[in-house]
Amino acid sequence: MSTMWTTKLRKATVEKFEPQDVLPDDQPSYVASWIYVFGVLTLASLLVIIVTGFALTTKGIAWWHTSNVGHFVNSAHLWSVEIFFIFMVVHLWGKFWMAAWRGRRFATWVTGAIAFLASVATGFTGYLIQTNFDSQWIATQAKDGLNSAGIGSFFNTLNTGQSILLHVSLLPLVVGLITIWHVILVRRNGVVPPLDAKEIAGGGM
Amino acid sequence: MRSTTMDPKKGRDMVFLAISLDHPAKFFNWGFISISIPNLIMIGIIFVLFTLALVVPFPSHEKTKGE
Repeated sequence: MSTMWTTKLRKATVEKFEPQDVLPDDQPSYVASWIYVFGVLTLASLLVIIVTGFALTTKGIAWWHTSNVGHFVNSAHLWSVEIFFIFMVVHLWGKFWMAAWRGRRFATWVTGAIAFLASVATGFTGYLIQTNFDSQWIATQAKDGLNSAGIGSFFNTLNTGQSILLHVSLLPLVVGLITIWHVILVRRNGVVPPLDAKEIAGGGM
Repeated sequence: MRSTTMDPKKGRDMVFLAISLDHPAKFFNWGFISISIPNLIMIGIIFVLFTLALVVPFPSHEKTKGE
């Protein structure tokens, strides 16, 4: 029975997460600081990005270039990305100066770093598929840079089809999955205490 | 399909009334550093937000105060 893969998967996942740890009622007192809020604000921005991006993907290029609602959703998508990065950088700085990898939280830190890098790649491909003069300028300038780095044939910024597919399918999937993993690790290990505070049992699992 | 064209004059007025973005951004140049003013403003906002997050007191409810 215990050799079944379903049993192993259950023990490796569900049984490790007690409901009171996944959605806790209380947090240690040091969590009562604005610096801890920016991770959640980043997630909220990501939600707006996904919703507006879904609308842009389904309605298409002509819609966001020519209709008033399309202009609005396009702008909402751009500005939610700007806000997403602002919140994420504040979150990153806060966690860096707290040395947030302490207390067996290395995987939490690394998944956050990968989420950041994947978000930069997603943002970049987004700028490439605006289908305007700005995206043409960015694509030609980046083409030189990526060619000099030796990856120009693998990732061709002048290939709009490649950029669109990367932006609306592969990269959002990577960002989404790594973000979910990151949040699961935060819930499992608890938030990192300040450097001068001792680890409180119950702050995580 | 509904009308998808914008009155050019109306559109121009709207842009004029808000903020004109129909030109290249100005750049800040200092030695080898060259950065557009909009990007510089964004980085400034991040610094301000980070500082505020550290110094502004967080409204805590009674239960967490005594912990």
